[in-house]
Amino acid sequence: MNDFFKLTASDVDFYYGDFKALKNVSLNFIEKEVMALIGPSGCGKSTFLRCINRMNDLISGTRVDGSIVLDNVDIYNDRIDVVNLRKKVGMVFQKPNPFPKSIFENVAYGLRVNGIRDKNAIAGMVEKSLIQAALFDEVKDRLKDSALGLSGGQQQRLCIARALAVEPEILLMDEPASALDPIATQKIEELIHQLKKDYTIIIVTHNMQQAARVSDKTAFFYMGELVEVNKTDTLFTKPEKIQTEEYITGRFG
Amino acid sequence: MKYHLQKELDKIKEKLLTLGALVEDRVYKAVRSIESKDEVVAKKIIEADNEIDEMEIELEEDCLKVLALHQPVAVDLRFIIAVIKINNDLERVADQAVNIASRVANISKREKSEEFFHDYSLMEEKVEYMFVKSLDAFVNMDVSLAEKIIKMDDEVDKLKGEAYDIIKDAMIKRSDQIGYLINFFLISRHLERIADYATNIAEEVIYLVEGKIVRHRDEYLYKGKL
Repeated sequence: MNDFFKLTASDVDFYYGDFKALKNVSLNFIEKEVMALIGPSGCGKSTFLRCINRMNDLISGTRVDGSIVLDNVDIYNDRIDVVNLRKKVGMVFQKPNPFPKSIFENVAYGLRVNGIRDKNAIAGMVEKSLIQAALFDEVKDRLKDSALGLSGGQQQRLCIARALAVEPEILLMDEPASALDPIATQKIEELIHQLKKDYTIIIVTHNMQQAARVSDKTAFFYMGELVEVNKTDTLFTKPEKIQTEEYITGRFG
Repeated sequence: MKYHLQKELDKIKEKLLTLGALVEDRVYKAVRSIESKDEVVAKKIIEADNEIDEMEIELEEDCLKVLALHQPVAVDLRFIIAVIKINNDLERVADQAVNIASRVANISKREKSEEFFHDYSLMEEKVEYMFVKSLDAFVNMDVSLAEKIIKMDDEVDKLKGEAYDIIKDAMIKRSDQIGYLINFFLISRHLERIADYATNIAEEVIYLVEGKIVRHRDEYLYKGKL
């Protein structure tokens, strides 16, 4: 436990039934930094990401050992309210998944679930979140239109606005741009640069150039183990581990 | 997945070595022409420089293409960066060979009336060794050879200083021949520059292998590993 780190994972093991998907992973996250998690499919990076807001609890037969400490509190502690945890640790998924509701309601939904009733307060927070997600200017005249009428890139930024509305401290992103075209991807990447002023961001990506562009640190996972974590510029110019070098240069196996 | 990139990198390496061999040949001939005062050889070196310039441009374009299309990282990125720099160094070494040839051409024109000659054989030997070995160090990714070359640069600088003193004395004694003597002085300068480029290449080899930028870092050589 260390005040310096926003989030500390120590000796995390994770099991899907008998299969050990994470092996003794220890990783620290500094507040308002972007950490990219990279590695081949099945290496455990998304599993690790989902451990951070206990999304894996929803899958039966799973088990986690070790500890994940957020602001000096172990999030696997029995007294933790998982709903509150997920409010604090927001998540954006690979495919944009807006609710079949209006643009406004998509962002307002989380606020209402959290018991906020004041219409003006909700309107203010919706606007703030849409601005933060760099979407407001594009949708301000059609907030009552269905979110499903937005483009894929806009839908993804809407999902980011939805996550931001409940004022999380950490934002988990699971391949947030993999279903988007290069322009929409660029907007998401620019958004990540903006958001890191206020949030700690952890992003899983298969696109290594994206990891290189958006993150301060990069962690390379392989077969459930954390192989190397390093400053992103170091990892992509002079990785310390041979396995990292082989993976990022495509000389794997 | 990266088979295509590896093929491109192999082709680039091959082209760099072809260019290196050609420049080595120019340096060899230029250096031999100092002693033989062979104006014909000197003129050939001067005229053939275009060929090197064209190869340098072609190789640089190949490197830029790989950067744009493959976005290499780690050792592949360091390789491309090293090649871009070594390519530039090789072209400049070839320019120094041309400069030496120009000095030789001047000297050979006036030789009959002048008897001064400075013996550069030791400096030539060291400079040629440094240059040839710097390319060997690149081919074999040989850091210890690269370090040896970097260290030798001081020896060449010392020889240049000695030549400078000798030629300065000659200029004082033969003030009517300064124009002629300047050619000898400039040869020492051109040889010393070739040693500098060989040192640059050796530094790039260390960057390529170890990812360390050792340029401008004397402590790397004197307080560090050696």
